[in-house]
Amino acid sequence: MKWGVVRFPGSLDDGDALYALADVMGQDARILWHKDESLGGVECVLLPGGFSYGDYLRTGAIARFSPIMKSVAKFAADGGLVIGTCNGFQILCEAHLLPGALTRNRSLSFICERVWLRVENASTPFTRATKQGDLLRLPIKHGEGLYVAPEDELRQMEERGQVILRYVDADGRESDAVNPNGSMRSIAGVANERFNVFGLMPHPEHAVEAMLGGVDGLKIFQSIAGTAR
Amino acid sequence: MNERPVSLAGEPKADIEKARAFGLTPDEYRKIEQIIGRTPTYTELGVFSVMWSEHCSYKSSRRHLRKLPSKSELVVQGPGENAGAIDVGDGWAAVFKIESHNHPSFVEPYQGAATGVGGILRDIFTMGARPVASMNSLKFGSFEHPRTRYLLGGVVGGIGGYGNCVGVPTVAGEVMFDTAYNANILVNAFCLGLVRKGEMMSAKARGVGNPVLYVGSATGRDGIHGASMASAEFDKESEAKRPAVQVGDPFTEKLLIEACLEAGKTGAIVAIQDMGAAGLTSSSSEMPSHGGLGIELDLDQVPLREAGLTPYEILLSESQERMLIVAKRGREAELQAVFEKWDLHAVVIGRITDDQRWRARWHGQVVADIPIGALADDAPVYDRPAAAPKTQPTVKPSISEKRPETAKALRALLDSPNVASKKWVYRQYDSIVQSNTVLGPGSDAAVLRIKGSRRAMALKVDSNPRACALDPYLGAVGVVCEAARNVACAGARPVGITNCLNYGNPERPEVMWQFIRGVEGLRDASLAFGAPVVSGNVSFYNETEGHAITPTPTIAVLGVMIDVAKHVTQFFKNAGDAIAIVRTGKPSLAASEYAALFRIDGESLGAIDLAREAALIDGLVEGAEQGLIRSAHDIAEGGLAVALAEACFNPRAILGAEVELGRAGNAAAVDFFGEGASTVILAIAPGDVARVEKLFARRGLELALVGKVIAEPRLKIGSIDESVSELQRIYEDAIPRRLRGGD
Repeated sequence: MKWGVVRFPGSLDDGDALYALADVMGQDARILWHKDESLGGVECVLLPGGFSYGDYLRTGAIARFSPIMKSVAKFAADGGLVIGTCNGFQILCEAHLLPGALTRNRSLSFICERVWLRVENASTPFTRATKQGDLLRLPIKHGEGLYVAPEDELRQMEERGQVILRYVDADGRESDAVNPNGSMRSIAGVANERFNVFGLMPHPEHAVEAMLGGVDGLKIFQSIAGTAR
Repeated sequence: MNERPVSLAGEPKADIEKARAFGLTPDEYRKIEQIIGRTPTYTELGVFSVMWSEHCSYKSSRRHLRKLPSKSELVVQGPGENAGAIDVGDGWAAVFKIESHNHPSFVEPYQGAATGVGGILRDIFTMGARPVASMNSLKFGSFEHPRTRYLLGGVVGGIGGYGNCVGVPTVAGEVMFDTAYNANILVNAFCLGLVRKGEMMSAKARGVGNPVLYVGSATGRDGIHGASMASAEFDKESEAKRPAVQVGDPFTEKLLIEACLEAGKTGAIVAIQDMGAAGLTSSSSEMPSHGGLGIELDLDQVPLREAGLTPYEILLSESQERMLIVAKRGREAELQAVFEKWDLHAVVIGRITDDQRWRARWHGQVVADIPIGALADDAPVYDRPAAAPKTQPTVKPSISEKRPETAKALRALLDSPNVASKKWVYRQYDSIVQSNTVLGPGSDAAVLRIKGSRRAMALKVDSNPRACALDPYLGAVGVVCEAARNVACAGARPVGITNCLNYGNPERPEVMWQFIRGVEGLRDASLAFGAPVVSGNVSFYNETEGHAITPTPTIAVLGVMIDVAKHVTQFFKNAGDAIAIVRTGKPSLAASEYAALFRIDGESLGAIDLAREAALIDGLVEGAEQGLIRSAHDIAEGGLAVALAEACFNPRAILGAEVELGRAGNAAAVDFFGEGASTVILAIAPGDVARVEKLFARRGLELALVGKVIAEPRLKIGSIDESVSELQRIYEDAIPRRLRGGD
């Protein structure tokens, strides 16, 4: 499968995503430069973690206006697969390709740790290699990951199955104590209504090798790669 | 050729009083007049004052630092460049250094710490190396001191705020709280980068006529006289020094990293240096001076944040995220294209000359003209008097307060912020970006793999100021041993050292004595392990109103392991494994956390046998390479009992331990909580015990079998019988509880 990893100025996990896809999984993956408008014929676009353009104004607020994002929006509108992790998720929300917004963590501080996630909808292109209720162990590392959306919208999203991942404990139970950033309804990842755009705060690209602490991230990428075939 | 420099309209006159206000002595001022043969202009005086500051010139420390061993067959670059470098195998060189940012962090903790991280990163990537790991060593006042929480929050926030935003993982560190730092905190930042051997860049200018490029952020008025601030004690007016603290922009730093590494690949760079302390002045004088050349600068070409900056301000600004590059003549455009791609300034602001003068022009007029050596390599060097204090703080009569019952003491130690988990701190740092972190914070040493190689690096930063207070020589030896041992516990052989020497006012003979003894300790330990000191930094004047900090040499050790798969962690893994200890000396309560907590005094530090230390390290590495060691944990603050508890806190599944100390029920506090004996706790599969015994016996060391790992999550040591999960709860909640205000 052909993947494009967007490199914004201030992207940090772009290299890690490229490494996970190309070196670990043997996929055809390339970097897409933020000043370019061409997506080079890729089948899935990945918006990586980091602090695009410094994120001094608001996370993702500047990145959404970059030349490449025009093409990404069009690609998504045509049904192309787009996944955004961490800052990528923030950018997708800013660009209105995903509902809701990500705000400052409840603790007001940056958090880097491994968390448990429960798959809420396994019939999306991003989770097909999992089963509903499966638990994934993935790292988070962010200062602004508190997911918010209006109650009405949240209710509709739940009904449509757009809530894809939730923060839970090792036994799969939701609670305030294991909601690391205070997200509404413990939401860690959501999809759009067409299920071709997916954003999540955890970092699947940082969970692809046992030596570095786990391989659950592979399930997300394998789902996507399997979908395309 | 020799135009006389002009003073600009409105510029004050330079005189002995101005010089004093800039931190120069009357003798130094007279020496300046002698060197240039006239009264300096105000601009020139400013330039001399920062370059001759302790921070930039190392004038008190330089002659002593020469004693440090800096050679081995693995050294690729010793002291003299922006950072040192060690061959770590498979064609890679590790470039690393540690540096202080103490003074600014006390005045403005967030920005002070943030720019400390930024500065050390630039020292690494100017060498052509991609920064791959950061560490830090932090010292705060006691937790009860009213400023400590503010400083802790600010410093940790600043390190995270900057480090997380540049994509370099913070993989290890140490944090200590002690009244000795109530009025002077320490923030020491370490960075390590990797570069292909042979692709390293230099800070030595070559080639008369080569253009000098200014790249990165524009220059503003921040940080003027930062270097001078770091070269003086604090007093009541220190709060007013806030404007001398620089402001960091990690986003620009990230762009600068990418742009500089990309520019390095063009081959058009002759030399490159960070505009760090003393900004444009230091970089523009040091690079040509190292190459035996001169320079001419057009200050009016420097990109500015606001109009109206004077030449004096431009030269002394310590605005961050700026670099000076000497380019190959005719290839400026190639470099400019790279920086333009990353939306950064790259402007020609001068050229290399052959006259060994440092000359600055302002709209054509010469405003400074100084023999370049006087600013850089030939700055004054002092041999300051040193004398041991008359009253040594050793061996006071024991103030024997009521000692607590053993299990209670263990719980109190685990609850001490110095012993307790630092998760509250390191959870705020990205420790995994770049996908190399095999072992991150919360371990004895961090372990980083090298992609495309089976090799890995282990890193540890350490200090032991309480031991250094009792004996500055033995304390320094002990710190190197401990850091090296930690690296060896992970299975890596120590190959290189960098140091940050934090002391008080060197003009006081007892401080100078502490410093010299510290350097000698560092030298002897470095020789014993064959691990040279390839880079470092000295921070003097950590002193407020005549009270100096405890002498604090901070040591970072780089270790190399041949096969990353053989790395060892500190955690017990299998019930039934034998628990053994190996030690080189005798434990003592001197300088221990136990003594500090229960105010027990009266013991002196144990002797250190460096040959046995080296043997222990060698044994640990060989044991790991042969896969004979299930876990290895160094005994540090809190002694054996705390270390055993920590080994039980396996994040995958907690285990228990059953250990016998001496005759049953007869062990003393020193057996449980003594420190300083260079002791490691090993877990060994029962079938391997005999081989490990032999391995250490061959090196003259005894493996003492003291107990076994048990499935029941209880820690049983002599009279102690405690629930491991309860101990872990205390250990993990100690710092958060205090920050919640629950103490």
